[in-house]
Amino acid sequence: MTLFASQIVDGLADGAIYASLALALVFSYRSTGIVNFAQGEMAMLSAYLVWQLMAWGLPLVPAALISIAISFVAGALLYATIVKPLSHASLLTVVSVLIGLYLALNSLAGFLWSYTIKALPSLFPKAHVQFGSFAVSVETLGIIGVVGLVLLLLYLLFETTKVGLAMRGAASTPDSAVLVGVSVPVMLLIGWGIAAALGALSGILVAPKVFLNPTMMFGVIIYAFAAATLGGFDSVVGAVVGGLLVGVVENLVGTYIPWIGPDLKIIVALILIFGTLLIKPDGLFGRKKVVRL
Amino acid sequence: MSLLSIKGMHAGYGARNVLHDISLDVEERQIQVVLGANGAGKTTLLRAISGTIARQGSVEFNGARVDQLSARKIVAAGIAHVPQGRGTFADLTVDENIRLGAYLRTAAEARQDRERWLTFFPRLRERLSQQAGSLSGGEQQMLAITRALMLRPRLLLLDEPSLGLAPIITQGLFKTLAAIRQEAGMTMLIVEQSANLALEVADSGVVLESGQIVLRDSAQNLAGNDEVRRIYLGYE
Repeated sequence: MTLFASQIVDGLADGAIYASLALALVFSYRSTGIVNFAQGEMAMLSAYLVWQLMAWGLPLVPAALISIAISFVAGALLYATIVKPLSHASLLTVVSVLIGLYLALNSLAGFLWSYTIKALPSLFPKAHVQFGSFAVSVETLGIIGVVGLVLLLLYLLFETTKVGLAMRGAASTPDSAVLVGVSVPVMLLIGWGIAAALGALSGILVAPKVFLNPTMMFGVIIYAFAAATLGGFDSVVGAVVGGLLVGVVENLVGTYIPWIGPDLKIIVALILIFGTLLIKPDGLFGRKKVVRL
Repeated sequence: MSLLSIKGMHAGYGARNVLHDISLDVEERQIQVVLGANGAGKTTLLRAISGTIARQGSVEFNGARVDQLSARKIVAAGIAHVPQGRGTFADLTVDENIRLGAYLRTAAEARQDRERWLTFFPRLRERLSQQAGSLSGGEQQMLAITRALMLRPRLLLLDEPSLGLAPIITQGLFKTLAAIRQEAGMTMLIVEQSANLALEVADSGVVLESGQIVLRDSAQNLAGNDEVRRIYLGYE
């Protein structure tokens, strides 16, 4: 029972990381209809940036905050320089460009920091909190807490502020947003910035678990894709629930189905993606577009 | 001086010119209706005014040239466009649609205006927390108009408000538009296929044919004009 409970809690922490990266995918998809295949590699660069800032002498927390801020700017720049000019290009063109970006960023990291793994310290102390019979690591609780706080802030941004409302309007019906005086490109720019910042957060949270290396996000992005697909790809709530579900399922399967173990766990994500697309293509929370004349 | 004054306007889509040398004046506090068959250029005319398509010629609004401004600047100048097919934010709630309409206004103005316009459209008040996409066609049209009014425009451009609505709903809608003009002194330019209903509330009108204005007169005279009656009002 203790093992089961701790697997659930660990799964939620992993799931919180997947959820933040899945949210990054969903944000850029909702605002521009484009799946940013390079999202994971951008997150990887953000994690390296923290390492670099620390190597230059900054403490961990300021380094992480600076990296997240720079990632926001980088995401906005990506939209302005690559995504927006391609807004009328065919889907294949856009996908090719983003996969190209994926490879370019991956190589850039290898070029700048080499392919040997580096250690990025965790934001949380190595300690455990005892809950009755089982112990939970501070890192696990911290990850769940940080992602929870970020989700709360995002909720407040989108539900209670004028800019948040304008961003939702610009993403849902850009033509009408123009007619109420909203600058749609600026809103989409902010959306891509937030996506990159969320990705950076996931990279910084996962790096201490998997070590820094140019391919560190490979597994995480697959899980994030599974989470986003499961949630419905255009649903913010779906991405979060999908992320948590994927994290828990991944941990339980890895623990209780012996032949899968840690090495084949990635299969779980792929099965979730295929299963969702075959059985319920709109995901758990995705809305079918209903058009009423 | 007219609130809106268009001189020598040409507009279209890419190489295809739809409007040819349009000149049109809309007087303050008046309702002017634009009649015309499908493809005559009615929608293009409204789009050219609101700056959502490329156009040439001069458009003066409230004494200042607006033909070089972007669509967003024209909105800020006080021209609200309710596009054909309503263009509500289907994913957002009715209340969010209304609040987004007041994007360029202060929160206090938004609260005040929301109450004011909801008295004209009580049906919307019952549906504030509902998703706009789930409203009936008539309710969506009311929402689109309310959202446009939230901008505090001086001029309201309405593109076929009756499209897809039952005649009885259309009738109610035009009564409400007349009431809004009466009480708020709103100026309107309405493109309409339901010519008889539109002419009942309008002060004046023009007939557009193949991108040119072929007839302009008071609403009363147009409603009595034989040719207009035959072509647009369905009398033989």
